[in-house]
Amino acid sequence: MNLYEITSFVLSIISASTPLLLAASGELVTERSGVLNLGVEGMMLVGAIAGFATAHATGNAYLGVVAAMVAGAVISMIFAVLTLTLLANQIATGLALTIFGHGFAALLGAGYVGISAPTLPKISVPLLSEIPFFGPVLFQQNILIYFSFVVLFGIAWFLRKTHAGLILRAVGDSHDAAHAMGYSVIPIRYAAIAFGGGMAGIAGAYLSLYYSPLWSQDLAAGRGWIALALVVFSAWRPFWLLAGAYLFGGITYLSLYLQGLGVPVPSPLISALPYVGTVVVLVLISRDRRRTRLNQPACLGKSFHAVA
Amino acid sequence: MTKLTRRGFSTVLGGAALAAPGIMRAARADAPMKVGFVYLGPVGDFGWTYQHDVGRKVAQKALGAEIVTSYVENVPEAPECQAVFESLASSGHKLIFGTSFGYMNYMVKVAGAHPDVMFEHCTGYKDAANLATYNIRFYQGRYVQGVIAGKMSKAGLAGYVGSVPVPEVVMGMNAFLLGMQSVNKAAKLKFIMIDSWYDPGKEGDAAKALIDQGCDLITQHTDSPAPLQVAQSRGIKGFGESTDMYSFAPGTELTANVNEWGGYYTQRIKLALAGTWKTTDTWGGFDVGMLKMAPFRNMPPDVAALATQTVADISSGKNKIFTGPLTDQTGKVFLPAGTTMDDGTLSGLQTLVAGIEGQLS
Repeated sequence: MNLYEITSFVLSIISASTPLLLAASGELVTERSGVLNLGVEGMMLVGAIAGFATAHATGNAYLGVVAAMVAGAVISMIFAVLTLTLLANQIATGLALTIFGHGFAALLGAGYVGISAPTLPKISVPLLSEIPFFGPVLFQQNILIYFSFVVLFGIAWFLRKTHAGLILRAVGDSHDAAHAMGYSVIPIRYAAIAFGGGMAGIAGAYLSLYYSPLWSQDLAAGRGWIALALVVFSAWRPFWLLAGAYLFGGITYLSLYLQGLGVPVPSPLISALPYVGTVVVLVLISRDRRRTRLNQPACLGKSFHAVA
Repeated sequence: MTKLTRRGFSTVLGGAALAAPGIMRAARADAPMKVGFVYLGPVGDFGWTYQHDVGRKVAQKALGAEIVTSYVENVPEAPECQAVFESLASSGHKLIFGTSFGYMNYMVKVAGAHPDVMFEHCTGYKDAANLATYNIRFYQGRYVQGVIAGKMSKAGLAGYVGSVPVPEVVMGMNAFLLGMQSVNKAAKLKFIMIDSWYDPGKEGDAAKALIDQGCDLITQHTDSPAPLQVAQSRGIKGFGESTDMYSFAPGTELTANVNEWGGYYTQRIKLALAGTWKTTDTWGGFDVGMLKMAPFRNMPPDVAALATQTVADISSGKNKIFTGPLTDQTGKVFLPAGTTMDDGTLSGLQTLVAGIEGQLS
């Protein structure tokens, strides 16, 4: 491998990992507030078509990203109203949101099949982007790749260092205690769900405006589910999430790359790896029950109903 | 009324065997015949399923008020599909097309339970009195692509983005490289299987990996334009799949296999309307117009002329593509000189010709 090949290898891994990281970051915050939203795939698809349609109409890919974020957040509110206000089961509602999002995005996108829209440009930092390897990898990426890191570090800081982050975690770990302390459990969870929806929408826009710039019905192709698996894989910790996203993205790309070199890698096995990895990690972390309890939000998936 | 009476008469006299055509004629007189299509992907995939739906529309337009067509999309190759065929058959559809290989065993079951309904299965190999099979000789188009690739690739190394290593894909890779080697003896082919027929992200990644490994031309056996878009962004050439994907990569697409199902669908539905439909096993190519090439673009005129000539030679039967001597990867001759591979062997092909890098796993 020469330097050019190594550079483009790393670039390919970054671009395959970013949508997982974006969607999983949002879901991490949602889950830390005690809400399990299985609708990530559906929200991604709605974001993808909203972003694509907006970019097509306005000629501006950045407006597409904004529209995708808004669309993802809006669609997540269906889930929020059903589970938080009407106390519906979160798992069933989340699954319904994925199925709904899949169909709704296809309906919206029917007229956008087979056409092109503006794509997200790469931002080149003058001079720095000329440095071999580090230039293309660090200083010549599209805005969402930088954004995915900014958001992840922001989340890590928010959860660990801020008072608001502490409250969010309290809501996720014991909504009754948080409620007794005088915190508004439901509004906080609404906000966390909206954040998760917005991030899933942005991940969708990344797919339709950069990664494979087109609209088609199955564009997400299961990445929403991998993002969900990633959150569990990371044991709800942001930096493990970052590592996991790059591990999953990296494995997928590496398996394709190895095949090209003539190494017989069975591709179905590779498709299954993210899920196998998640199961293995679950088994490993649950060997120590105390640690598991320490990490998993204790109220994850439970409805909150304020008594008095 | 007379027709209805006659139908009743023939049913009584001739029994079940005559009943089916009788019902057909009656249906034609009273109401348009219902024709159903079952699709694997969304009609919006802009590839395999999209092209089948174009075919459905061609047939609907050609036959107008005589038929009503309907389709069910996103039907998985799993037990669910049996329920879809069952519900189409029991809701009055007289002719039902299933357009994916994995429907085969389910279609056999449903066809057995509905002897009065005609079924057609695309890419399958099991037939029955009321179950026909049909397919396109896609490999012919891939050979033409290979000829173009042989002329256009400076490295003499092309990349093939594949789905799963089924015979259809294996014969496609072989045909592509044989075409390439017909103009450049030293040509080689690398491939990557992505374990999906449709995943734009992975298809694009596979194309990137192939380009990173020195391929300066990309072709694909998957359904989205993503590999072509990657080729465009890397400044090399590529081929579209199933449909003309020119709009996604105007400076990049050399040509594409274009699946033309419309003529076949129209002809088969006509036979059903006339009551003369019989089970068949159709494997059509350039000669019957089931396969076409998208316009030859982004290449010098002499290459385009050579490609046009290749299409003509395949169409006339002069070039049968899989003719010996053919050597496998280990250097062993698996098809002796002077022989042509028969369709049975071809449709079960699991051997890669010499010059393809990598093994099937």
